[in-house]
Parts: sequence; structure tokens; C-alpha cells
Amino acid sequence: MPAIYKEPRNQALVVILLHASIFKPLRLHITGTEFFLWFSNSSYAFFFLWFSISSSRGFRFLSVVCSSSRSRHHQPFASLATSNVFNATKQRSFKPLISQSIVSSTSPVTRRTSVVAAATANSSSSASSTSFHGLCYVVGDNIDTDQIIPAEYLTLVPSKPEEYKKLGSYALIGLPASYETRFVEPEEFQSKYKIIIAGDNFGCGSSREHAPVALGAAGVTAVVAESYARIFFRNSVATGEVYPLESEARVCEECKTGDVVTIELEQSLLINHTSGKEYKLKPIGDAGPVIEAGGIFAYARKAGMIPA
Amino acid sequence: MAASSAISSSSFLSVSQKDAGVSSFYAQPSSSIQMSQKKVSKKIVSVMAPQQSERKPSTTGSVKTGMTMTEKIFSRAAEKPQLNPGDNVWVNVDILMTHDVCGPGCIGIFKKEFGNDAKVWDREKIVIIPDHYIFTSDERANRNVDIIRDFSTEQDIKYFYDIKDRSNFKVNPDYKGVCHVALAQEGHCRPGEVLLGTDSHTCTAGAFGQFATGIGNTDAGFVLGTGKLLLKVPPTLRFVLDGEMPDYLLAKDLILQIIGEISVSGATYKAMEFVGSTIESLTMEERMTLCNMVVEAGGKNGIVPADATTFKYLEDKTSLPYEPVYSDDQARFLAEYRIDVTKLEPLVAKPHSPDNRGLARECKDVKTDRVYIGSCTGGKTEDFLAAARVFLASGKKVKVPTFLVPATQKVWMDLYTLPVPESGGKTCSQIFEEAGCDTPTSPSCGACLGGPQDTYARLNEPQVCVSTTNRNFPGRMGHKEGQIYLASPYTAAASALTGFVTDPREFLR
Repeated sequence: MPAIYKEPRNQALVVILLHASIFKPLRLHITGTEFFLWFSNSSYAFFFLWFSISSSRGFRFLSVVCSSSRSRHHQPFASLATSNVFNATKQRSFKPLISQSIVSSTSPVTRRTSVVAAATANSSSSASSTSFHGLCYVVGDNIDTDQIIPAEYLTLVPSKPEEYKKLGSYALIGLPASYETRFVEPEEFQSKYKIIIAGDNFGCGSSREHAPVALGAAGVTAVVAESYARIFFRNSVATGEVYPLESEARVCEECKTGDVVTIELEQSLLINHTSGKEYKLKPIGDAGPVIEAGGIFAYARKAGMIPA
Repeated sequence: MAASSAISSSSFLSVSQKDAGVSSFYAQPSSSIQMSQKKVSKKIVSVMAPQQSERKPSTTGSVKTGMTMTEKIFSRAAEKPQLNPGDNVWVNVDILMTHDVCGPGCIGIFKKEFGNDAKVWDREKIVIIPDHYIFTSDERANRNVDIIRDFSTEQDIKYFYDIKDRSNFKVNPDYKGVCHVALAQEGHCRPGEVLLGTDSHTCTAGAFGQFATGIGNTDAGFVLGTGKLLLKVPPTLRFVLDGEMPDYLLAKDLILQIIGEISVSGATYKAMEFVGSTIESLTMEERMTLCNMVVEAGGKNGIVPADATTFKYLEDKTSLPYEPVYSDDQARFLAEYRIDVTKLEPLVAKPHSPDNRGLARECKDVKTDRVYIGSCTGGKTEDFLAAARVFLASGKKVKVPTFLVPATQKVWMDLYTLPVPESGGKTCSQIFEEAGCDTPTSPSCGACLGGPQDTYARLNEPQVCVSTTNRNFPGRMGHKEGQIYLASPYTAAASALTGFVTDPREFLR
């Protein structure tokens, strides 16, 4: 059995599959289109399971597929979701505006077979409090948008699902060689680092929304920086791609890439499990109401500025 | 558009409650707020619900505080008589600009949020300018221009500066070039207005005494549908520049001085207001260069009070009425910086940050592999005239490849038609040719931001480049290990002549 099964996330995935295949139908989002995988009988389910367990390629397909599922709406099918080992969403309190799954009547894909509603395995299970969990990637000061997403990739249009996904694969590819650990491995579309820890003025430079989008597409849930550049912060809030948090201390010097961290939003805390230290985060401030509403459009609808 | 009755909910309106007597009026939905496309009343009038009975002045509470230019523009655009920095308000947008890189994304969001059949809020207030990745064979880049063309056709956008034939920019009558320069040249910048663009250097337009800043696709998609945006009123940093501008300095040196002073995050969320005798002596294009780089200091917007120079520039460019605003005497500024420009020297920003300020003369041992003169920052007509002046003064040839990228078609034409002062009637292009520079290329953003691999003058190797552009973070012009020295056109031209970073006084005295 491949070594990746040692990871708790992957073990849990297997559990879900088992549970799901036997008990309930499953829902999957694969990069913008909604697939319903419904095992019409358990033998198909077990075959699928066997295939994915027995080969690492099969498993990788599965985990890519599962981690790319970011169900951003509260679907009626949520009730069909399997056990709540993982929540159906990334447990952000704000709803991203760029919805990855375009469920429109013109969508050609309605293969209604049930699906795994497993999201990234990084959120805690409670539905009310919001927290982010995962490996962190540490960068320094003044990380500008050209380092986050070099200009040559700006031809990718974020509102197109395929290109959105590609943007993720290029996230932070502009970092200089002094950053020995790559953020996204070659051939991958997502990073194993879910949280970015940064110094001052994160996201300075261009107004390109591709910057927070690339991070979000790569699977980043939150950024903890000492301070942000204005436009990047605004774009993060408007798109809902990453949750932009500010730290009080210089956390980029205290944390190392690969540390396991948790962010507890309610308590405004950053917990570094690897070092055992905790850091206070600053309150979100004026952006709070917009984030809570679910982005600028949702906020405007709530305020009556645009029709619901 | 529905009347914004829900604006009354003061949950997000953080209007100062100091004016206790009038706060209740702010909380009321004003039926005088017009949702139509008519231009807002020019005078800042008190936004009162009509059914109010007459009130004596003594009951209105504290006197209105003086406001800065930026605050006044917000005040007018948000239809609120008094605002304070930190207030979040919905402002009416006068112009929204987008280009080929961000346009498709905005359009996608617009359609998704407002519906496939939605119409933009005002077809005359949107300016769509392809300029970033134009002269390239990159399919996606070309497709992006098609996307904005389709949208412009569908929405009947009045100002779409199209390009269809990439092999020859001159046969495209509508094509302009770099958006920020085109906005000015085509008369879309007017004092007192609110201009938003999906590009960080939208702040350039602040040179016209307006509020101009960069926004992302989502915000722009919102503006496309509503013509409004939720913005926070920024506090203002005031920069007073006095003294006669030495003839070896340009606005680029001034802004590099300022950025070096306050750092790349020194003006985050703040407005940068430029006043003083030096500013008054600057031409519009120089003021544009100054405001262009406020974003490199983290600034939200840059602003220069409109004056005779502004009005003269606008005379033949726009027929729409405008009303300039000026900071009150008692306006409150976060900080004031005073600069005596006669004491300044030509500067560069060394790799890899725009605030890594250095004196050009102290970098004279830095060998350069190439020189790039172009972009919204340093590719305008006057920038080329400045470079030509240095080449003329020297009379020699450049020692390194010197790339010339005019910002717009108009600039390109000026290079071939305008006589350079004291040259005996020569044009810039002639002088450049005699100096051995590359032929001026098709106008666009070019290699300022790298772009697709086949972009002209892109830094594809780890070379040193002296450039009149605006950013020099790692990888900015292409190669991650490229070393970019930001400089004024004078300094860039001087460096081209020696092959080293050179103070232009070597040639201009």
C-alpha cells in the first residue's frame, strides 16, 4: 500500500468512501462541473474503492478530485453528505464570489451519480466556529503580486474554471531561488500548504485579482501577514478566495515552512502546533461585514444596493 | 436601480457621530439621491430629506470641518456633505477603465452576478483599452482581446479602443495603447471625478485633480453593473515640493525620492497630495509620472490640484463639464513632507524594490546590459523628448541595446513629427536613430511587466536593465534574476550612452 496512506487525511478519505459507498450517495465537484457519483450497487462502489486504494495513481486521482471539491453553496444535497468527518465547505464564514462549480441549466454535465462530498481535510468539524488548519508556508516582506503570480500567466481568466485551476498551479512560482521549497509541486494544481505566513506589505504591486485567486485556487485558506497592501487585501475580501488576517507579532520569523498551524477565528489566534506557540491576530475590522455577508456582491444585496 | 433605502441601516455607515444634530439625517434614506445617470449636482449640498422643517443654524451642531481634496471628491461622489477618513461609503463612479488582462475576468463576474443578459450601468462611462499583451502570438492573450471586443459590441460600449491587425498597429484607427496615457489623451480624466480602473497604475489620473485608483476584477464587475463601489475614505499625506526644478531632474526623480523616503508601504491606504511651486511648474505628463508611482509607496491615490496647466491640457480633449475641488485651508492631513527640489539629485531605485533608493552617480560602477524606455511611467511624449535631449547633448551612440516603447499611437507619432528643441528641427526618431537605439516599437505596455515569452524587450536572461518603468521586484520584466534599476528618462538615456548606470549631468551640463 502506498505510503500516502500514513497521512491522516488520506486515511479519513478512505473511511468516507467506504461509508459513502455502502450507505449514501456521494457528490463531487470536479473543477467547475458538478458530478454526482452514485454507486448503483455496492459492487461498483467496492471496485472503485479497490482501484483507488490499490494504486497510488488511482488514489491520487481520488484525492485531487476530493480536494478540488469546494462546494461553495449550501446545496440541498448537503444532507446527502456522508459522515461529518469533513465538512462540506472550507468552513469559511464568507461565501466566495467566484464559484467554482457552475451549476447552470446549460451545464452539459449532469451525470447524476452520487459523489463524495469531502472537502479539503483541513477544517475543524464544528459548523459554527471558523478555523483553518494545515501546513504553513512562510514568506518574507513585500511579497509582490509578480511573485505571487508572474505576469506571463495573467492571460488566464479567473472566471473560467479550467483557467482558474491552472492559476493555482502557478501560485507563488515567482518567488526567487532563495525560497528552496516550492509552493506548488510541478504537475500539481494545489499546494500542500494551506496557510501562508508573511511579513509586511503582503501582496504589494499590481491590482491583479489573479493574485488572491491563484492562492485560493492552489488551496490556500488563509493568509496571516504582518500587514497587507491595500488592493490585495481588498481583492481577497471581495473574492473570498483567501481570508486575510493580520498578526500582531512578526510571525514570519517565528514560524517555519511546514509547521502545522491552526487559526481560530473566534479567538483571533494563530496556533503553531509544531513549535507549541500561540499568536494573537488582529480583528478583521471594516472588512468584517463584507466578509460575513459573503463578499461585495452578497453584501450589496443585503444592503439593498443591488436586487437580490 | 432601486432606491437605496437599505443604505439607511447604519451598520456599515460609520459616519462620524460628532455632528450629533445632523446624524439623524444621514440615517434617513434621502429621496434626493438620484439613481439616474445624471451628473450629480456640482455643489456640495446638504443631503436632507425634503420633509424636514426649517432648522436654525444653531441647531446643526458643530461646524463643518475642512476637508482635503480627496475627501471632497468622496463627499461629492457619495452625496454626503461631510466625510472623515475611515468612513466607508458608496461612491458614484464617473469612469471605469479595464484592459485586456483584467477585462475578461470582470466580464465573467459581471455576467455571473448580474445575468448573461445584463446591461452595463452606462455605456459611455466605461472605457475598454487593450494594451497589455497585444503584440504577441500567445493564443490566450489574443483570445482575451476578442473577449473584450465581443463584450463591447454586445453592450455597445462607446469607448473601445480596438486592435484587430496585430502586425501593423498603424492600420488600427481606434487602437491607442497604454491605458493610463490613453485615458488622459482621450479626455477621460477630469478634475473632481472618480475614476476606477482594473490596473494599479490607474492612480496616474490623479494628476488631473481627480480620485483615481486601481481595483480588482470583482469590484470592477460590481461597478459594471451598478456604477457604484464601496470605498473607504483615505487620510491624506501632503507633499509640498518647492523650488525651481533643476534641468537634470524629472518628476520620476521626485517620486523615487518620496518612495525612498516613506518606503513601499509608507502610504498604504492613504492619499498622496502633491502641492507646491515645483508641482505647479510641472507639465501634465510630468504630473502623471508623479502620480503614477504612488501605488509603489502603497498609496491609494495620488492627487495634484487642477490649475491653468490642467485646464489648458483639457481644452481640446473633453467637452464634458467638470468642477475641480481643492483642499480647504483647515483640512487635516495625516502628515506633511516638505521637499526642496533644488537639493535633489538624479536617483535610481536599485533592485529589487522601488524604495531601494540610490543616487545615480553612486551607481556608476554598475554595468548595464540594456536600457528600456517606455511604459505609462516613462514612455510618454515628454519622456522621449527628455531622452532625446540627452542623446543630442552627447552626440554619441549608445553602448547597449536601447529599447524604445512609446506608450500610445499618439506618442509614436510625436516621435516622428515633433521637433526636438535646439536640435535644428530633428525629430526624436531621428535622434534615436543616430544614437543607435532600436526603432521605436508598437505602442503597448510591452516588457514593463514581462508578459508572454515573445514580448519585445522582455528580460529573458538574468541581465541588468536600466528602465523608465515603475516596478523592479524579482521577475518583474521576465527573468527572476534580472536586475532592474528604475530611473528617469534622462538617467536611462545617459546610462545607455555609457553602458553603466549614469548620472545625466554627465551629458546635460
